Amino acid sequence: MSTDRAHADHAHEHPTWKQYKWVALWLFVITVLEVWAYYIPAFVASKAFVPSLLIMSAAKFVIVVMFYMHLKYDHHLFRKLFTGPLIIAGCTLVAFLFLFAKV
Amino acid sequence: MATATAAGAHEAHEHTHYTTTGLNHRKIAMWAFIGSECMLFGSLITTYLVYKGRSVVGPFPHQPWTDPVSGKVFPAILDIPVTSASTFVLLMSSLFMVLALAAVENKGKPGYEGLLGSSKFWLASTAAAGVIFLVFQAYEFTSFVHLGLTIKTNLFGSSFYTLTGFHGAHVAVGVLWLMTMLFIDIKRGLTPKDAINVDIMALYWHFVDVVWIAIFTLVYLIQ
Amino acid sequence: MATSAAIPTNAHAASSEQTGLWSWLTTVDHKRIGILYLYTALFYFLVGGLEAVLIRTQLAKPNLSVVSADFYNQLFTMHGTTMVFLVVMPLSAAFFNYLIPLQIGARDVAFPRLNAFSYWVYALGGLFITLPIFWGLAPDGGWFGYAPLSGPTYGGGFNMDFWVLGLQILGISSLAAAFNFITTIINMRAPGMTLMRMPMFTWMSFVVQFLVILAFPVITAALFFLQFDRFFGTHFFEVAAGGDPLLWQHLFWVFGHPEVYILILPAFGLVSEVLPTHSRKPLFGYNVMAYSGIMIGFLGFGVWAHHMFSVGMGPVADSIFSVATMLIGIPTGVKIFNWIATMYGGSLRFPVAMKFAIGLIAMFTIGGISGVMHSSPPSDLQQTDTYFIVAHFHYVLFGGAIMGIFAGIYHYFPKITGRFMSEKLGEWHFWLNFIGLNLTFFPMHYSGMLGMPRRIYTYDAGQGWDLFNLMSTSGTYLLLVSGLIFAYNFFSSRKNGAPAGNDPWGAPTLEWSIPSPPPEYNFAQIPEVTSRYPMWDLKAPDRTAGIAHSHADAGVIAEAHAVPVHEETERRTAKELGIPIPFPTIKPLLVALGIVVLFSGLIVLHAGNFPLAMATMLGGGAFMVGSLYAWLTSPLE
Ligand code: HEM
Ligand SMILES: [Cu+2]
Repeated sequence: MSTDRAHADHAHEHPTWKQYKWVALWLFVITVLEVWAYYIPAFVASKAFVPSLLIMSAAKFVIVVMFYMHLKYDHHLFRKLFTGPLIIAGCTLVAFLFLFAKV
Repeated sequence: MATATAAGAHEAHEHTHYTTTGLNHRKIAMWAFIGSECMLFGSLITTYLVYKGRSVVGPFPHQPWTDPVSGKVFPAILDIPVTSASTFVLLMSSLFMVLALAAVENKGKPGYEGLLGSSKFWLASTAAAGVIFLVFQAYEFTSFVHLGLTIKTNLFGSSFYTLTGFHGAHVAVGVLWLMTMLFIDIKRGLTPKDAINVDIMALYWHFVDVVWIAIFTLVYLIQ
Repeated sequence: MATSAAIPTNAHAASSEQTGLWSWLTTVDHKRIGILYLYTALFYFLVGGLEAVLIRTQLAKPNLSVVSADFYNQLFTMHGTTMVFLVVMPLSAAFFNYLIPLQIGARDVAFPRLNAFSYWVYALGGLFITLPIFWGLAPDGGWFGYAPLSGPTYGGGFNMDFWVLGLQILGISSLAAAFNFITTIINMRAPGMTLMRMPMFTWMSFVVQFLVILAFPVITAALFFLQFDRFFGTHFFEVAAGGDPLLWQHLFWVFGHPEVYILILPAFGLVSEVLPTHSRKPLFGYNVMAYSGIMIGFLGFGVWAHHMFSVGMGPVADSIFSVATMLIGIPTGVKIFNWIATMYGGSLRFPVAMKFAIGLIAMFTIGGISGVMHSSPPSDLQQTDTYFIVAHFHYVLFGGAIMGIFAGIYHYFPKITGRFMSEKLGEWHFWLNFIGLNLTFFPMHYSGMLGMPRRIYTYDAGQGWDLFNLMSTSGTYLLLVSGLIFAYNFFSSRKNGAPAGNDPWGAPTLEWSIPSPPPEYNFAQIPEVTSRYPMWDLKAPDRTAGIAHSHADAGVIAEAHAVPVHEETERRTAKELGIPIPFPTIKPLLVALGIVVLFSGLIVLHAGNFPLAMATMLGGGAFMVGSLYAWLTSPLE
C-alpha cells in the first residue's frame, strides 16, 4: 500500500480562506435562486421547476462535500466510503418512488 | 502512554502505532459513519416523499385546507421565508466551521492573528449558528402546532416532524460537540496537533448541513 | 497426558490478573470479547433451540395443545428473532473479534473500548428482549414485525414493545462493531498485508460490515416509525389515516435481505479457511471468491422485494426483482464451485471441522436451489408463507450459517483454548446434526407444497401433513441430542482436550504463527507479510510456489517495526516487551446500561406512569452521557 501512504500527509493543499469565502458566496447565491424560483408561479407550474431545483440543491450538496469536507483534496478512500453508500441510498429512494407510484 | 489531549482523542491509539494507510482511525470511522447516515436520512426522506399527498385530513404543507366538519380554514403550513433564513444560518455555520479548522491547523502562523484567526471565535460562531438554527426550528414547530399540525394530526405531521426532528437532534449533538471543543480550546488552547479532532467534528457538522440542503429542497421548496 | 511435556500447552499461561468476574466486565481485549460473544451466543442458541423444540412438539401431531395459540406466537417470534439477532450474528461477531486482528497481523481492533461497548449492548439488549417470555409478554408479531400487527391498533400489549425497542438496542451494537471492524481492516493490516492477501474470512467479514452499516440504518428508521406509532400516536402504519403497511414491508426487507447475507457470509468465510487447510491446497480462485463476495453484497441491496411478490407490486416490479434475485444466485454458485475445486486434487483430511465445511456446501446448495425456485413470482405464489419457505431458509441458515460456524468452532477451538475438541464426540455431533437437520427440514418441502401455512399453531388431520410433521419433530429431537453432545464436548474439552500447539492443523494464515491461546498482545513483533499464505511459505513452500510473492516497502517495515513471518515460540508479557496494552475499563458497560435503561423508560410510559417514565429516561440518558464523557476523557493505554 505504498501508494496509499504517499497521499497520507495530504500536504495541506486545503482550499484557502479566499476559496472558502467564494464557496460560501456560491452557496448563498444558489440558495437565493432556489427561493426566488419558488416565488415565480409560472415557473413553479412549469415542467422545469422540479428538475432545476433538484440540480441546484445537488450543486450545493456537491460543493459542500468537495470543498468544505475537502473530499476533493483528501484520500480517495474517503471518497469511496461516502459515494458508495450515497449511491445505494439514492437508488433505493428512487426505487421506492417508483414502487409507490410517485413518479 | 497517552496524555489527555481532547475528548475522544484516546479511543484510537494510532498516535503511538503504525497504521496501514497512514490515515487516522477515527477519520475513517467518521466517514463510514457518514455513509451509514446517508441510509438513515435516505429512509426518512423516502418515507416523507412516499407519504406526501397521502394524508386523509389536513393541514397540508403547501395548500390551504378547509375542515369539512368544522368549516375551519387552515393555511398552508410551511413558512418559506423563515426556513430560508434558518437555511442561510446553517450554510454560514459551515463557513465558520472551515475557518475554525483553518485557524486550528495554522495556529501561530502569520495571517492567523487577531479575532479572525482565532479558533475560539470561529468555534463559538459555529456553535452559535447551530443554536440559532435550533431556535428557528423550535419557533417553526411551535407555530405549526398553533396552526393545528401536531405529530399526531396526519401523515404529513408524522413524517415531517420525524424527519426534521431527527435532523434537529443531529444539529443538537453537533452543538454539544462544538461546545466541548470550545471548552477545551478555552481551557488549554487547541494546537495544530488537535486539528484532526476538529477536522472529524467538522465532517460531522458539514454532513448535517448537507442533509439540510437536501431537506430544504425536497420538503420545503418542491410542492 | 504423556504428550504434554513435549508440547507445551499455553492453556494456563494467560497472565494471572486476567481472571475473575471483574476482569471480564472490564476487558477491552478483542480475544476476550470474542470469547464473551461466543459464550453468550451459545447460551442464546440453547434458548432459541428450546423454543424450537416447543414449537415442534406442539406441531408433532394434529390438534395438539401443548402450548396455547397465543404462546405459540411468542415462541415462533422469539425463536426467529433470537436465532437471527442473538445467535448467528453474535457467533459471527465472536469470530470477527477473535480472528480479524489475528488474521491481519494486528494487536487489537481500532477502538478496543468501543468493541467492549458493542458486546455489552448486545448482552444487555439480549436480556431485554428475551426475559419477557417468562411473563408471557414476549414479542408475538413475527421476526419481521409486519405492520399493522405490530402497531398499536392490533398489537396494543407490551409484547411488541419489547421487540421494537430490543431490536433498536441490538442495532446499536451491530453498527458500533461494524464501524470498528471497517476501520480495523482498512487501517491495521500488517506491512505487506494488501487487501488481496487478506484471509478469505477477513474479506467476507469486511463485506459484511458494509452490509451492516448500510442495512441497519434502514431498519432503525422503520423501527423509529413503529416506535412513534406505538408510543407517541403517529400514523406511519395506521391504515385509517392513510398509512401504508407496505411501507413497513419494503423498509423491513431493504434491511432484511442484506441481513441474510450478513448471516451467511461470515460462515462462508470460515469455510473458506477450513477447506484449503484440510485440502492442503490454496483456495481455488481467491480473487473470484473475494469479488463474488462483493458482488453478493452489492446485489443484495437490489432484491428485497422478492419477499413481497404476493402483495401485488405489478408485473414490472415483479420482473425486475425476480431477475435480480436470479442474478444473485450466480456469485453464490461461483463460491460453491470454487470450494469444490479447492478440494479437487487436494490431499484431503476429514476432521470434524472439515466435515462441517463440506456439510455446508451440500446443505447450502439445497437451500440455494429452493431460493432460486421462489425467485420466480408465479412459482413463489405457490410457496410463499408455506412450510416450503421454512425449509428454504433453514437449509441456508442451519445448513449454511450454523454448519459453517460449527466448522469454525472445531477449527479454531485449539487456537482459542490451546486444546483440541474431542474428534470422537465431534463425529457424533456432526452425524446426528446432519441427519437431524435433513429429517427436520427436508419434509417441510413436502408439507409446504401440500399447502401447510407458516405460523399456525396447529392443524387438522387428513390433509396429508401428518407424517411430514412427525418426521420434522423427530428430527428436532435428534438435533437437540446432537446439540447437547456438542455442549458437553465444548465444555469438557476446555479442560481435558488434548493439548494443541501453535499450528495444529498446518494452516496457512497468520493467526497460526502465534501461541495458542495467543498472548494479550497477539504478535510480539508485527509480521511482514509477503504472500497470501505466509505459514505455508515457511512450512510447505511447494504449495504456494504458484502464488505471487513480494516484499513490502522497507520504510513501512521500519516504521511498523515489522519482522518476517516466523513461528512465535516463547511467550513473554507485554510489559517485558514494552507493548502498550489498553487499560481495562467498566465505562463501556455503563454506557450500554444507560442506553438500555433509557429505552426501558418507554415501556414504563406504555404502562401509563408518566413521571416514572420520564425519570427512567432522563436518568438513563444522563447516566449514558455522563459515562460517555468519562470514557472519552480517560486515556486508552
Ligand atoms: C441463492 C440465494 C438465495 C435466493 C435466490 C433466495 C431467495 C429467497 C426468496 C425469493 C425468498 C422469499 C420467499 C417467500 O417468502 O415467498 C426467500 C426467503 C428467505 N430467505 Fe432466501 N434466498 C437465497 C439465499 C438465502 C440465504 C443465504 C439466507 C440466509 C442465510 C436466506 C434466508 C431467507 C429467509 C430467512 C427467508 C424467509 C424470510 C421470512 O419470510 O421470514 N436466503 N429467499
Ligand atoms: Cu431475500
